Amino acid sequence: MKLLDINKLTVKFPTRFGEFKALDNVSLDVNAGEIHGLVGESGAGKSTVGAAVIGLLQSPGYVAGGKIHFMGENLCELDADAYHRLRGSRISMIFQDPQTSLNPLLTISAQLVETIRQHSDLSHSEALEQAIGLLKETGLHNVEQRIDDYPHQFSGGMRQRVVIALALCTDPELIIADEPTTALDVSVQKQILELIRTLCTTRNIGIILITHDIGVINEITDRVTVLRNGRVIESGPTAKVLGHPEDEYTHALMMAVPRLDKRLDRFKNIVAEDNFDESDNQWQVEGASAALASDWLLAERKVDQSVAASAHVSRSPILEVNDLDVTFYSGQPRWFGKRAGFKALSDINLEVRTGEVLGIVGESGSGKSTLAKAIVGLVDPSAGSMLFRGKALPEGSKRDRHHAVRRQIQMVFQDPFSSLNNRLTVERIIAEPIRFYGLSGDKKEIRKLVASVLDLVEMPQRAMLKYPHQFSGGQRQRIAVARALVARPEFLICDEPTSALDVSIQAQMLNLLKDLQQAFGLSILFISHNLAVIRQMADRVVVLKEGRLIETAETEAFFNSPTDEYSQMLLRETPSLSLVKV
Amino acid sequence: MSLLSTFRRVSRENELLYLFLHNPVAQVAALIALLCICGAAFSPWLAPTNPYDIASIDIMDSLVPPAWSDEGDSRFLIGTDDQGRDLLSAILYGTRLSLLVGLLSVGFACTLGVTVGLMAGYFGGRFDTIMMRIADVQLSLPAILVALLIDGIARGILPRDQHDHLMIVVLTIAIGLSLWVNFARTVRASTMVERNKEYVQASEIMGMHPLRIMLVHILPNIMGPILVILTVDLAVAILLEATLSFLGVGVPPNQPSLGTLIRIGTEYLFSGEWWIVIFPSAMLIIMIVSINILGDFLRDAFNPRLR
Repeated sequence: MKLLDINKLTVKFPTRFGEFKALDNVSLDVNAGEIHGLVGESGAGKSTVGAAVIGLLQSPGYVAGGKIHFMGENLCELDADAYHRLRGSRISMIFQDPQTSLNPLLTISAQLVETIRQHSDLSHSEALEQAIGLLKETGLHNVEQRIDDYPHQFSGGMRQRVVIALALCTDPELIIADEPTTALDVSVQKQILELIRTLCTTRNIGIILITHDIGVINEITDRVTVLRNGRVIESGPTAKVLGHPEDEYTHALMMAVPRLDKRLDRFKNIVAEDNFDESDNQWQVEGASAALASDWLLAERKVDQSVAASAHVSRSPILEVNDLDVTFYSGQPRWFGKRAGFKALSDINLEVRTGEVLGIVGESGSGKSTLAKAIVGLVDPSAGSMLFRGKALPEGSKRDRHHAVRRQIQMVFQDPFSSLNNRLTVERIIAEPIRFYGLSGDKKEIRKLVASVLDLVEMPQRAMLKYPHQFSGGQRQRIAVARALVARPEFLICDEPTSALDVSIQAQMLNLLKDLQQAFGLSILFISHNLAVIRQMADRVVVLKEGRLIETAETEAFFNSPTDEYSQMLLRETPSLSLVKV
Repeated sequence: MSLLSTFRRVSRENELLYLFLHNPVAQVAALIALLCICGAAFSPWLAPTNPYDIASIDIMDSLVPPAWSDEGDSRFLIGTDDQGRDLLSAILYGTRLSLLVGLLSVGFACTLGVTVGLMAGYFGGRFDTIMMRIADVQLSLPAILVALLIDGIARGILPRDQHDHLMIVVLTIAIGLSLWVNFARTVRASTMVERNKEYVQASEIMGMHPLRIMLVHILPNIMGPILVILTVDLAVAILLEATLSFLGVGVPPNQPSLGTLIRIGTEYLFSGEWWIVIFPSAMLIIMIVSINILGDFLRDAFNPRLR
């Protein structure tokens, strides 16, 4: 008998735009001792499957059809009480964010003991003993000393181990892991995945692993189901589905994943997210075109055009960073002695050459974003100097509001949902830099330019009439790129520009950035935590760790044979698609 | 047809309108509030008599009960007060005065509070600390004390004959001063949230003037909470005006406001002339409750967690 058997499950969400089918005839099954992966892009319905199984569909969603059999019992027919007994004891859950899935006000021992005693009649001391055993099993060190600590005293990976111990403490038969490693750094991700695998085998638990990361799927799952818009696209053993995808979508999805082992010129076979209708595409501003935008953007840089045309990296640095330190001070007043400071960056030396893409890699807390902020002037460095085109770059608070650098350096931010002002139309958002830097004063011309630049970033011109909230993440990010471009920058800083996007959108975005970089000979500082993305984008790589520069190397050399131990570890731990043949 | 379909489309896209069209309580409240505002705005045309026109007031008509009782007079639908003024007209004119003071003082409080809040939230640091301590001090002073203080100063400075004229200004400042803290605190908190968003950072990198960032980028994004406080505080302001007038520090007795009418009414309550206090009070309560319900509706509509 199957542990879990989902048969033609349909889940609907009534909205005021009509009923939305979150899941449409989804069938899958899980055996004991098996990890079943659910993979798909946002909106595919992965999490809805998990929520339906554990009976926690968000109101007003409901199961409209189909059956969920758990050990032969139909879960859809259970009443609330019976479900409550089942939930947490026989089916448990591991959530994405260990920051929020533990109660910050209770010690971890209190949380574990409470859960254990809820589902059994052990005494407090017996429950505590069991809790210690579980924590040891999940690989926590010094369990006896640390069990009375609070969640905030643990690191992210350790906290996720506690969450896993919490999920195990009732000895469940099925665990639903909803993006269990997405919030973690790669080096920790690997350990947690290994832990899940071990537990699955030793305890003979069935696990549903929900993730958007095909690398993770490839790494640990036995079987995989690919979902798209609530429908099952393909299902089967992982090696077969990923190795020889039968469906075009699966294939395209895999092609869109940046590869760690080799550099491609462009991503191919991209599943485009085109939800523009005919009227969107037909609407045009008279005389606007992508060609006009390119001409206008290059107009002032005729001299550099030869560089752009040959796409050859010149040796002269556009930006030099020398011995840069950034220290954040706590709010302690000065007269209590020397202020305690946290060094976010220390002794950073690097240069970005004209026309090259410099990739910056590092885990969370490595100071990648602080470096970007110091360059654009949002953060004041505490020591060191920066040179832009050979001239000293004044630090943030001393930089004049009309300093030329403010136009020459532009930035694309990580989160497309907060980087655009929701109350302005796209036209005003993109027109703002043109007007602000005085690049054009003529209303008609500005309008034409905005339309042209939208064309250039592969958006319909009609988008200029809408507001940012009417677009998806990828489209908003393209608008953000358009805003950065119209300032006619020479140097572009991209701070994790694709980490909030789905892989296929990411591929589209990376293609766009590559095209623009080549067309305009832009120098780009490309920040990412994802090594594979860096490999696809960067000419040279800089590795940061805890505010220090670990390694600088040419991309190819770096990925073939990294010299530093830390870089080697990073490369080793990144989940990859090694079994996939292209 | 096309108008209807446009309306349907707009109401679907516009969250606020959609929620409003599906909330009968809010609709009734809005209707009542609208009626109150119209009654107040058009009182010179709606009211049967003019309570300011001394020539039309006859002291012999004082304390006439409502028209439906035995001693009632058909000229005065809900009776007259102690000066012989038609109570219905007095209430209409009184609502006008109350609403005027309410709107002016909330407008004053909003302007002051939003300015302080935006600057404190945006610049932070010492300015923020000083302004928020001032706000704390302000909060510890009851509105009535502030009003008495300003009233006292105004009486001391201004000549007697101008004093009655400027009473509305004094009231507006007094009430406004006790309400601006609400605006300042909320706006400061929302500004601090918006300030850390990347679109504000993008403007900062460009080198935009802080004033422009505050007005063009931050202010439109924090209109939701401001709108909510605006409605809730309008009710509070009207209530404060009534309280101050009731206590005798508000508008002079010859200008009927809801508060003064209620004050006159309480003197006669125990001698059986109930209508003088009941009708203005009912008017006040209905108006405050409907505005409060509207405020609650807005608060829920703008709170994504309750959706």
